[in-house]
Amino acid sequence: MLREIFYFVIFPGLIFSAFIGGILSWFDRKITARVQFRKGPPILQPFYDFVKLLYKETILPAHGSKLTFLLAPIFGLFGVTIASVFILLPLFGIDTGFKGDIIVIFYLLTIPTLTYMIGAMASGNPLAAVGASREMKLIISYELSFLLVVVAVIFRSGMKLSMYEILEYQAANGAIIGSLSGVLVFIVALFCLQAKLGLVPFDMSEAETEITHGIFIEYSGSIYAIIKLTKYMMLFILPAFVIAILMGGFNFEGINILWSVLKVFGVVLLLTLIRNTNPRLKIHHAMKFFLVWMNVLVILAIILMNFNL
Amino acid sequence: MGLKSFCFKKSLWVFHFAGASCNNCDIEILDCLTPRFDIERFGMQLVGSPRHADVLLVNGSINRKDKTRLLDVYRQTSKPVLVVAIGACGCTGGIFKEGYTNAGPVDAIIPVDAYIPGCPPKPEAIIAGLVKLIGKEDNHTTSIKQEKELIHADS
Repeated sequence: MLREIFYFVIFPGLIFSAFIGGILSWFDRKITARVQFRKGPPILQPFYDFVKLLYKETILPAHGSKLTFLLAPIFGLFGVTIASVFILLPLFGIDTGFKGDIIVIFYLLTIPTLTYMIGAMASGNPLAAVGASREMKLIISYELSFLLVVVAVIFRSGMKLSMYEILEYQAANGAIIGSLSGVLVFIVALFCLQAKLGLVPFDMSEAETEITHGIFIEYSGSIYAIIKLTKYMMLFILPAFVIAILMGGFNFEGINILWSVLKVFGVVLLLTLIRNTNPRLKIHHAMKFFLVWMNVLVILAIILMNFNL
Repeated sequence: MGLKSFCFKKSLWVFHFAGASCNNCDIEILDCLTPRFDIERFGMQLVGSPRHADVLLVNGSINRKDKTRLLDVYRQTSKPVLVVAIGACGCTGGIFKEGYTNAGPVDAIIPVDAYIPGCPPKPEAIIAGLVKLIGKEDNHTTSIKQEKELIHADS
């Protein structure tokens, strides 16, 4: 019992993944600054932001459901914490003994986005409602591609539904990304991550310049700090999930530690570079992008897997 | 200096309220975000929603229509919030001081924590003003309670 609490609260769960996520969030901002020839914030900036928000006043919406508004981000944090435990335990070589956890993780990863939407709808702000409706359309479009990515991985690893077994398969036969079909699946997964994290080509739900943070417009103070924490954790566990299912996971023997760390920073670097070199898409362009092109790409990858390419 | 005020000083999020200005101050404020001046190295960010703001940058002369908007935005911010008046118009009313639509300088409407004069102030002057603001953050001109009383008295 104590062991499970330790897993959820401290080591692969809340505190550890929030800390790494904060560092990655700084990395993202620093790379953005360097791309724009700026100097960028100090390394502890995400933690300053978080603590500052904790001490600020929380304003509740006058016209809207106050309870839903407050509870939605907390449920989002629960969802992302449970997902981080299920993703990170197999990555650190601890078998949870849970067959079929990859399906559960897939659903847990949608919880934060869903709760943002519910919270935005409860705030009663018209701009938040616009953001929520865009987020809903975005979920409808990218979830199918992300599911097909997971299906492709399960198919490739010989119908194994457990993260630990998929990692074992990759340790024995090489990482899935090492083949042509694996590269295609990785590209699709990268764009799905971009949409899930709400980074720039797909940030129409929180577009700062047109609907002023959209779904987060009404959040302030400590409840916004929880949303920030959720976003930091998502920035760590989503790349960790892709590394686990496609890039062979982590390895902690000697020099391999360096490669494991570089994998995480590399995936985040790719996401940041895509974010910095693209304009915001319109929602129907994003839907077309996922529903047509990404699905075609991943189905092509599954067909290629049939021929062992 | 406690953790609270230390973190507050390290991450000031700025909301930009432009009154009836000639846009020169707006352009100089945006200059602060460009590669040459880059206020993000102090942790400052421009935010779109007043709910996230720690600093309210107010520039331009405030006319009678702007006054209600400024009070609205000030009420919408989550406290504690610092107010900075930028430019000659924001600080004193400038050349519009005698105008029939002028509702007075910013500090006649909401409590102001720092003044950055100039027409328009250079980005260096804005950064110097923000650094002075960080230096004096411990003694707010008004406490949260006083701010709320002031707002209710006005409306």
